[in-house]
Amino acid sequence: MSLAVHPSFYFPHRHLLAIEGLAVSDILGLLDLADVEASLMREVVKKRDTLRGRTIINLFFEASTRTQASFELAGKRLGADVMNMPVSTSSMSKGETLIDTAMTLNAMRPDIIVVRHHAAGAVALLSQKVDCSVINAGDGEHEHPTQALLDALTIRRRRGRLQGQIIAICGDILHSRVARSNIRLFSALGARVRVVAPSTLLPSQPERLGVEVFTKMEEGVSGADVVMMLRLQRERMLSRSFMPSQREYFHFFGLDKARLALAKPDALIMHPGPINRGFEIDSSVADDPRSVIQEQVEMGVAVRMAVLQALARHLPNR
Amino acid sequence: MMDMDLAALDKEPKSMLLYNARLVCPFTGRDEGGGILVENGLIAALGPSVTAASSRTIPGADCGGNVVCPGLIDCQVFTGEPGQEHRETLATASRAAAAGGVTTILCMPNTEPVIDDVALVHYMLQAARDSAIVRVYPVAAATKALEGREMTEIGLLKEAGAIAFSNGKRSISNAQVMRHLLAYAKDFDALVMHHTEDRDLADGGAMNEGEVATRLGLQGIPAAAETVVIERDLRLLELTGANYHASALSSAESLGPIADAKKRRLHVTCGVSINNLSFNEFDIGAYRTYYKLKPPLRTENDRRALVEGLSDGAIDVIISSHDPQDADVKRRPFSEAADGAVGLETMLAAALELYHNRSIELIPLLAAMTAKPAKLLGLPGGRLQEGAPADFALFSLELPWRVDAEKLVSRSKNSPFDKRMLQGKVLETYVAGHRVFHHTDR
Repeated sequence: MSLAVHPSFYFPHRHLLAIEGLAVSDILGLLDLADVEASLMREVVKKRDTLRGRTIINLFFEASTRTQASFELAGKRLGADVMNMPVSTSSMSKGETLIDTAMTLNAMRPDIIVVRHHAAGAVALLSQKVDCSVINAGDGEHEHPTQALLDALTIRRRRGRLQGQIIAICGDILHSRVARSNIRLFSALGARVRVVAPSTLLPSQPERLGVEVFTKMEEGVSGADVVMMLRLQRERMLSRSFMPSQREYFHFFGLDKARLALAKPDALIMHPGPINRGFEIDSSVADDPRSVIQEQVEMGVAVRMAVLQALARHLPNR
Repeated sequence: MMDMDLAALDKEPKSMLLYNARLVCPFTGRDEGGGILVENGLIAALGPSVTAASSRTIPGADCGGNVVCPGLIDCQVFTGEPGQEHRETLATASRAAAAGGVTTILCMPNTEPVIDDVALVHYMLQAARDSAIVRVYPVAAATKALEGREMTEIGLLKEAGAIAFSNGKRSISNAQVMRHLLAYAKDFDALVMHHTEDRDLADGGAMNEGEVATRLGLQGIPAAAETVVIERDLRLLELTGANYHASALSSAESLGPIADAKKRRLHVTCGVSINNLSFNEFDIGAYRTYYKLKPPLRTENDRRALVEGLSDGAIDVIISSHDPQDADVKRRPFSEAADGAVGLETMLAAALELYHNRSIELIPLLAAMTAKPAKLLGLPGGRLQEGAPADFALFSLELPWRVDAEKLVSRSKNSPFDKRMLQGKVLETYVAGHRVFHHTDR
């Protein structure tokens, strides 16, 4: 049905582990497919049978509500059987190594495993030990490719393209896999990416990723087409002295009306969620008509449906 | 001895005239006879052309050929306010400063409570406005409660008026905290002043480690306690590029790493206490606790190296490290006595000793207490120039006097210069054109 729209699109990879390594044509193909899915999703009958009979396992070593739900919904709308494996409550948290877990799951002959893990590189490691396709739903501070795709889709639907857009990614860049995936994807599509954070929340040599670096929020958001706020993990911030306090962070780096006014008048406000009102973003800004935070959630399902279908050509168990 | 009727610095802009002076300004290099005309608290004109006849309406004062230099700026003053007012208040510290020709003091944050919150910076500024007769700038704590674990709200504190950030007399042990502090301070263009003494190496120590300590049976603090912190900090500075100031050097070995760092164009400066320029560990003699200091007095070779460092510019500023302690905490066995000495009133005269014994020229000596601290802190003072604030010290280069601790203005009398003869005496001190001190035995 949807594939009929883009019969020529062929996704050449068995797994989706990272944005890095994808060709621009891969990214555009996924976005085009997701665009179609986004339209279909708004119809009464959303369910299809593209993946009927297939088994998808959501293997989340880190607690997640929205990403897991998004993948689950995407799989079910395509007719697959989706099983959630909450690792924290299963036997897999009882000392079993990641590779043993992978072998165990592989023996159950799934078609796709969606994995989130707290360690960078863990998802790639797991992918080497299984016969099925693997989707990275976030590995440590490394990548979160479907988040980047859904962010790009959201921007593209609003703006038509990413080429030339000034996108300011603000907040805890250091610990953010979302930032890393987004920097790669937005840059690949020709956007001008900025990162905005205090020096304590920037990784080493961020400019080597091809971004402009700002340590003052006012300068960073000035003239931006898109202002993307990242979530701060308060416990991490305060206990390890990355930031002195919540009030200081909000005072200098929170997105409020005054700072937003420095961006382009029609600037999009984005946030991967969950948002902390009054910590990184002012409540009124989060609810501003320019906020596309809810749309990001919607595009998340569409992007994940697109990714699942794109990988379907490579699925095992034929 | 001084204008006790002056409750706090008069905020009205003042006009006045000084004439028949020797004007010495390290900032401009000026050293010549002349006068200064002050209008509305600022220098309106200066030089040989300014004489008693320069104004008919503005009252003038004959300087008698004595030196007029920019009011001294002291980067490290401990007071007891808030919390230890029996030692010193901002009011008494400011009077001691005025008596020493010091017109700007930086107050350290290790008070009770510690100055680690915006409200406390506001308190310090308010208290200074109400009671001080010289300019007072609060230094805020670099870490909460000075515990060395969590940095303070550097951005908000700076907005509130904190001029710099220091951890008081406690070094920050945790290198990660120090790194974050420097990186974060850089974003706000904030100056970090660090007391460089490794806490574990100095733990239990009472004086310089070496033969004298061995003979006295006192536990020593090795010079390495200072160098390990400085060398670590300079490595971290290389990562972060912040503005860093080592508050008070005591050891010759600290000079090399700092000079290297300056060559590599890191933003690093350093200070030295007048005590470490004036005394060495032998002055402790028979356990005299007024010479128990932080950092400790070290060897004569260290003292000479510090004087040389001052002379060749390796050391940027001289501080009084004014640290009032009452007799209760000083009249104790040496190892149990408190550290610290008062110094605001004697800093200039003690420093002039280095000029009189030909260790250093007058201009570079005064620069370390005027132009250089002004530059370090970004202050408009520290210079004799049109438009600069009318803050001056008028002093005799030659007048000899004997220090009598009991006659010091400071509320505490713990002066290591007690009973010493010094040559060179502050005669008058001006802040914004107001005379805040005059010497009465003139």
